Amino acid sequence: MTKREAQPLRTGLHFMNGNEACAEGAIAAGCRFVAGYPITPSTEVVEHLARRFPRIGGMFIQMEDEIASSICFQGAVWAGHKAMTVTSGPGLSLMMEHIGFAAMTETPSVFINVQRAGPSTGLPTAAAQGDIMQVRWGSHGDYAIIALCPSSPQECFDLTIEAFNLAERYRCPTFLMMDETVGHMMGKVRIPDAADLTVEPRRNTTRAPGDYQPYATYDGSDVPEMTRAGDGHAIHVTGLTHNEKGYPDMSFAVHDALVRRLQRKVHTHTSELFRLEADGLDDADVVVVAFGITAGIAAYAVTQARALGRRVGLLRLITLWPFDEARIRTLTANARAVIVAEMNLGQVCLQVSRAVQGRIPVHHIGNPGGPVIEPEEILAAIEGAAT
Amino acid sequence: MTPIELRCCGQGGQGVIMTGMVVGKAAAIYEDRHATLVQSFGPEARGSTCSAQVMISDAPVPFPYVRHADILVAFSQSAYDKFVAELKPGATLIYESDLLSLDNRLPQGVVARGIGATRIATEVLGRRIVTNMVMLGFLVKQTGIVSKEAAIEALRTLVPPGTSAFNIKAFETGYQQPPE
Amino acid sequence: MTHQRQNPIETWLRSDRMPHIWCPGCGIGTSLNCFVRAVERAAIPKDNLFVVSGIGCTGRVAGYIDVDSFHTTHGRAIPFATGLSLARPDAKVVVYSGDGDLAAIGGNHLMHAARRNVDMTVVCVNNLTYGMTGGQLTPTTPRTAVASTTPYGNYEHPFNLPQLADSCGANFVARWTVFHVRQLTRTLTKALRTKGLSFVEIISPCPTLYQRRNRLGDGTQTLEYYRDHSVVRHGANTAEVDIDFQGEITVGEFVTRERPSLRECYEARMREVLQDDFAPFGVRP
Repeated sequence: MTKREAQPLRTGLHFMNGNEACAEGAIAAGCRFVAGYPITPSTEVVEHLARRFPRIGGMFIQMEDEIASSICFQGAVWAGHKAMTVTSGPGLSLMMEHIGFAAMTETPSVFINVQRAGPSTGLPTAAAQGDIMQVRWGSHGDYAIIALCPSSPQECFDLTIEAFNLAERYRCPTFLMMDETVGHMMGKVRIPDAADLTVEPRRNTTRAPGDYQPYATYDGSDVPEMTRAGDGHAIHVTGLTHNEKGYPDMSFAVHDALVRRLQRKVHTHTSELFRLEADGLDDADVVVVAFGITAGIAAYAVTQARALGRRVGLLRLITLWPFDEARIRTLTANARAVIVAEMNLGQVCLQVSRAVQGRIPVHHIGNPGGPVIEPEEILAAIEGAAT
Repeated sequence: MTPIELRCCGQGGQGVIMTGMVVGKAAAIYEDRHATLVQSFGPEARGSTCSAQVMISDAPVPFPYVRHADILVAFSQSAYDKFVAELKPGATLIYESDLLSLDNRLPQGVVARGIGATRIATEVLGRRIVTNMVMLGFLVKQTGIVSKEAAIEALRTLVPPGTSAFNIKAFETGYQQPPE
Repeated sequence: MTHQRQNPIETWLRSDRMPHIWCPGCGIGTSLNCFVRAVERAAIPKDNLFVVSGIGCTGRVAGYIDVDSFHTTHGRAIPFATGLSLARPDAKVVVYSGDGDLAAIGGNHLMHAARRNVDMTVVCVNNLTYGMTGGQLTPTTPRTAVASTTPYGNYEHPFNLPQLADSCGANFVARWTVFHVRQLTRTLTKALRTKGLSFVEIISPCPTLYQRRNRLGDGTQTLEYYRDHSVVRHGANTAEVDIDFQGEITVGEFVTRERPSLRECYEARMREVLQDDFAPFGVRP
């Protein structure tokens, strides 16, 4: 037990739940600091890390609330660490300001969100997929984020690493959108050797003090090089609108350029960031779009529909944000209808509707969280759309 | 690839979830198949009836919910009452024969194999807590859902340190027990 | 040939950001002057000092001091600094903010940081009002004082910040006014050398809002009030250092204790339980 606990990377096969897989993914990604506040159904993630971290040079701190958690970890990030916070529904609502702070200060930030049914305290122990719009638009002003959505414990592991990699690459708030079901579901998780993992390091500047401005983009990529507190650059980091030097600058021109860059640095990469799995779309009359736990349910329904002779395709979204509308438009070009199945009352459905631009009907199957969607509901919608 | 659908159900404290976890882990890790396990929360968790839904397949399992059970392991009457209808034709029911009685709700063609697991754990082994391991051994022998070796390997990693020998003994006892 | 002496604190300031935003007569600049001198006395290398501020007039300190500095969200300097401090045990982390930021919106974090005894120095410039947003009531505004949101005078009980920090467990608690520049510099030096959480409250005028609205004169007159109405009581019982409207101000070093810091507690416990398996956090990546 002791020996196993001491390994940073638990290479091998495991039968674990999504929350544990997420925690192991964070460790594999190099995360060594987590600040969080207990909240169902995400707590197992931090409980797991509270046990693991002291043996591998990491630290978990249970903060006084989610507001504190969501900025405490950003302090560790600026000290050079990879760090994250973990929460669910009400906690995520409390974190909105620091999502904005991470966006504005370009702090590589990972937020793990195990979704539960809301609004407010809602159904604390029941799954939902209702935070899709909140993570995208919840903080005030314009900014860009990345959100990934795992469907299985293995993906909880893989996509947590990916979330850290993307947070480093794009220096923006990056979300892992789990839900209660995926978080608590156990499955086979393969943790590879370190050599087979892709872990993106912090892109710290190599420029000498005096020759470095923390918010200048030297390589034309729209993403500035990072530095650490203590590296001699005497940086200033502020949530105020700032110039390339990091100094507050209240001019509208600077604000305009900064906020546009914060969006552009992510959105010019939408097509490569937008990951999905397409199954049987070529001759599909009806395309079912789903993600997270609902994607597995949709797969079951699609199999049944095909057995009934329906030509149905399945689009499983892995990336939720940025949302590639053009790609969805292309993938549904030959379909006669789209069905979006999600455990909310129509969030991704809005995005899909925007994508197809009224060309074909977009049907929504969902609930406001609670029970998972039954395959029969999706099957009925397929039948309805196909005839 | 159609997965094997297993549901273990009973009352909180009977070790129901652990039974499912051993089977799931045995299949996923020690037989290199794929498995998922979903614990039931929400309505089923009330009245302390709990259940673990385990899917086993050679391919990844996207849909983790039992719809038509190939195997139902029922530890209690209320669990049987709740889930008996989900057994499909030709399926197997493994049940605690001292704690529940079968009735005409049992679907046609279902093979029912009973064991007094609680009694065996208490009277033969002296520890009621290993009821689920007795049931597990019985389940493995009667259904072959996973190999005995894989189940024991998985069991070893899941029970508290220092208790594996006794748990394996309980497993063996259930394994050897003829159905009632 | 004329000799121009450089102000010794100038190397610590971002001179390219001058002039600063503070009003004539404001005490924040004075406090910063004392702070920088204290940093020099405490011999903290420039790259080892991190300053974190929240929002407000005092929150701008992070933008003027030429070290790694973080101007965070309103009230949240302390939790940010907690992450920074835990990650960099070799550095000195200072939270520099105002009474509204630290005691109102950030009050919960102040309590918990003091309870945990996080390695950090919290400098609270208390001007008894929200300066940046136009002179509203803060949790430290004395009773009867007029603020823009208490036009008939404040009727709430104010916080006694030294007592708050003391009762939550801070290792060092002191208060001076910006009149007491030498004492303040000495105390800040001591605070910077303290393990665990040190809390220094600096009473400071806001001539533009608090003083004007309450007809208390300008910055100079306020300094005269501080001079005439401050009573030095080192080791005073913090329960007895409330500030009444234009009353006596008890100043001094009230609390010095050696409670183990959060890091020390964490590492001691983990070593006890995990022994050689414990790998401490905060070794520089």
